[in-house]
Amino acid sequence: MTAVAWTLALGALLAGGSLAWLLRHRPAWAASAGSGSACLSAGLGLAASLPALQPERVFQCDLPWAMPDAALSLGIDPLSGFFLSVLFGVSGCAALFGWGYLRPEKHGARIGSHWFFFNLLVASMAAVLLARNALLFIVAWELMTLSSYFLVVQSHEDENVRRAGWLYLIASHIGVFCLLAFFALVGRTGGGYEFARLAGKLPVAYSWLFLLALAGFGLKAGLVPLHVWLPEAHPAAPSHVSALMSAVMIKLGIYGLLRILTFFDVVPPWWGGVLIGLGIVSGVFGAAFALAQHDLKRLLAYSSVENVGIIALGLGLVLLGRAWLIPALTAVGAMGLVLHVLNHAGFKALLFFSAGAAARGMGSRNLNMGGGLIKRMPATGVFFFIGAAAAGGLPPFGGFVGEWVVYSAAFMGITQVPIHWNLWAIAALAGLAAMGGLALAAMAKAFGALFLGEARTPEAGNARETTWPLLAPMAALAAACLAAGLLGPWLCLKLQPVAIAIAGQQHPEALAALRQTAGWLRYLTAAGAALLVLAGLLAGLRNRRLRGEAAYGPTWDCGYEAPTARMQYTAASFSQPLARSLSVWLRPQVEAQLPAGHFPQQASWQTRVSDLFQRQLLEPLFRGAAAGLAWLRWLQQGRIQLYVLYIAAALILLVLWGWL
Amino acid sequence: MDAKLGLSGLAWGAALLLAPLWLGLINRVKAFFGGRQGMPLLQAYYDLAKLWGKRTVYSRTTSWVLRAATAWSLAAVLLASTFVPWAGQRALAAFPGDAVLMLYLLALARFGLVLGALDTGSAFAGLGASREAWLSALAEPVLFLGLAVLALRQGQWSLSGLLGGAAGWPDVAVCLVALAWAVVLAVENARLPVDDPNTHLELTMIHEAMILDVAGPDLALVVAGSAVKFSVFSALLVGLFVPVDRGPAWLWIAASLAGMAAVAVAVGLVESTMARWRLPSLPRLLAGAGALTVIALVWVLR
Repeated sequence: MTAVAWTLALGALLAGGSLAWLLRHRPAWAASAGSGSACLSAGLGLAASLPALQPERVFQCDLPWAMPDAALSLGIDPLSGFFLSVLFGVSGCAALFGWGYLRPEKHGARIGSHWFFFNLLVASMAAVLLARNALLFIVAWELMTLSSYFLVVQSHEDENVRRAGWLYLIASHIGVFCLLAFFALVGRTGGGYEFARLAGKLPVAYSWLFLLALAGFGLKAGLVPLHVWLPEAHPAAPSHVSALMSAVMIKLGIYGLLRILTFFDVVPPWWGGVLIGLGIVSGVFGAAFALAQHDLKRLLAYSSVENVGIIALGLGLVLLGRAWLIPALTAVGAMGLVLHVLNHAGFKALLFFSAGAAARGMGSRNLNMGGGLIKRMPATGVFFFIGAAAAGGLPPFGGFVGEWVVYSAAFMGITQVPIHWNLWAIAALAGLAAMGGLALAAMAKAFGALFLGEARTPEAGNARETTWPLLAPMAALAAACLAAGLLGPWLCLKLQPVAIAIAGQQHPEALAALRQTAGWLRYLTAAGAALLVLAGLLAGLRNRRLRGEAAYGPTWDCGYEAPTARMQYTAASFSQPLARSLSVWLRPQVEAQLPAGHFPQQASWQTRVSDLFQRQLLEPLFRGAAAGLAWLRWLQQGRIQLYVLYIAAALILLVLWGWL
Repeated sequence: MDAKLGLSGLAWGAALLLAPLWLGLINRVKAFFGGRQGMPLLQAYYDLAKLWGKRTVYSRTTSWVLRAATAWSLAAVLLASTFVPWAGQRALAAFPGDAVLMLYLLALARFGLVLGALDTGSAFAGLGASREAWLSALAEPVLFLGLAVLALRQGQWSLSGLLGGAAGWPDVAVCLVALAWAVVLAVENARLPVDDPNTHLELTMIHEAMILDVAGPDLALVVAGSAVKFSVFSALLVGLFVPVDRGPAWLWIAASLAGMAAVAVAVGLVESTMARWRLPSLPRLLAGAGALTVIALVWVLR
């Protein structure tokens, strides 16, 4: 049954994608074929992966493969079942959104290739999650990278898009290189490339292997300082592709880490410290950079860096628990991680969808150009609001539940981890608090600048509500965000096998801790429901009291008679105090033309925040590498015959090496 | 069990009823130092009643956000107050992790006021909203570090266990946390030296600038929310020293009332004797508070 569903789901993706490409000269048909098959496969995939959350439904099959030392091993356990459910949940929504978002009449033949690569991306992500063999995993991983690259550079006439795609391609391949090295070395030391045979086989002494995997997977996950491709690639891609990449693809980096951590039997506590440190840096810098951005999608990309930081914090707490043999901490940390992966997928996809709709409505992604959209696009406004509140980690929405469980794990770390190692847990707690405040400010800025106040440009003033294929996925995800906030205890019980799979073993203390957490989550549900009821009650009382007597007038603005939309606080002015407080790290570049004379005619003020790590760390590094490797240039003659010769020489050397 | 819950409920109800009183007390202290007769002690109640009875004017720029935000902000503050141990009684709702829920509910209330301010499109409201978001983002880690100190000291993770001097007499760590949280109280409740609630220049205000365009019953909701929020933060400070659920109830009820009054008087004293700090120096104030919690942490870990 499962095998049939998987065959159908992947078959539908590949067939639909190929059909879309074949029909590329009839763009409307191509779009329908591509997105229809992606929706169909999402339904089938969900039906096949949701039951896998139960551990008794583990599924494994090995098919012969013509590669030496490799079998086509596919499998599904609670861990991959969970990520697959998230993948297909988001991919279905993204396919429907994309069908309405990419207009065939505007994009022409490009639609066909777009849907081909979209379906290929979904299929390759599913293959990454199903693969149980290192070689198959790497092939699927590379396929995922390439197909997402072609999606990112879809509007390749724009130079910025080409540059973003180039950065993404290079960054991803550095990651792939680390992973290739990792799996090759693991194969030699651990005895094989089958995941099943590797479980628990690697001795703790191979810490450098862990660091290699952390670099490779951390790059995909967007952990600081390896996040630089994220804020470039997300704005370049169409919104539904950004949603799929941000909600699912970067989480596969987390999945990869979780998977390879099952290869090690014991973990030293400093691994946990490393992940908590990376999590804090990613979370705080991600949130601070998000706050400083004026481009809506760059802001959301940095917010993804922040949320990956929270997930890494959860993973760090899991590792601390594993190292000090505290099953309760391990299990609760794993649950926080899992819940946050789920919630982030929901609200970030929702935010990218509504941001895409809003940016199309007002014809710009610049937050300083927005304003007043909530009156022109009321439904999109409500959906963006829900996404922003969930991303800010506010009750009663989903984001809060995951963060709360991570907080609980941090607290358990404070009290249960041996002294001085528990400083990591304290740092995690303070880091989470700092991220929370900054992320909330960033989300208030995004929603406020886009949707509230008066329109700052005529385009924003003339925006119109978007169409139903765009609104329907947003509605579904918004409902999911609210449901995840109110159904915490239920989710905690349903996802228990996933947390246990991450924790590594089914310890009775772990199960008890998870049950207890589920019990406490009931308070969160009660508080969320009470909040909705109480707020409704207060609003109702107020409305009854007013009995429709409210008068309407212009904004008071302290008696100024002729306020204009340009006098409003912009996104840049909203974040100015925080950006100044953090200017040591943010280093805002100001281009100012200050008013001069008694009757100044012109004045302007522009700030730009470029990425600290890119400018201060990676660019010098790459410049240094380029300068240091310049003497190798003679190898690159640009003639194809020469490259064929290189390949032949490499093959002969390999044969000789094997023969000797 | 039921009798205890009833007592908790009574304490909570009384705390809500008394919330505006502390604002009146602050005003009396300031009037005394200013050599004025001052407004009646119950003025905050009269103000609330007056505002509730008034009509309102909504700006045409505003949308549902402002109208919903005033309601959900008060609702969030009211819910947050149920997790606070009032007057030495266990909180009405207490569970491990309620401290996080409480602080995030307060954040939700703040999110509401910030969005409501941006909804009016007023430059002054935007200015207030921006500063509010800025200062509370800096204050959040101080609050949580204080909680971490207490969690480390007490091994508990619900406000009723964290507070209440559960591990005997307050030591250096608790006093340092109290100092740090006093700064947070000033920041979160728009008090001097951070924000001047009585200034006549909108440019210098934070909280009041945010709600310039809110009037009538909506303003009543906001004012009630600020009163309860001030009580919540006072109770956190007082709770550091008053045991929860131990010993004679009447003693700790009396001690808590005296403590709440003392916080109000202290706030009044500060407001009578200090000028508002310049905005750019406020992060230093919060950094100082953060340093105090770090010292407290070292003290506990020593």
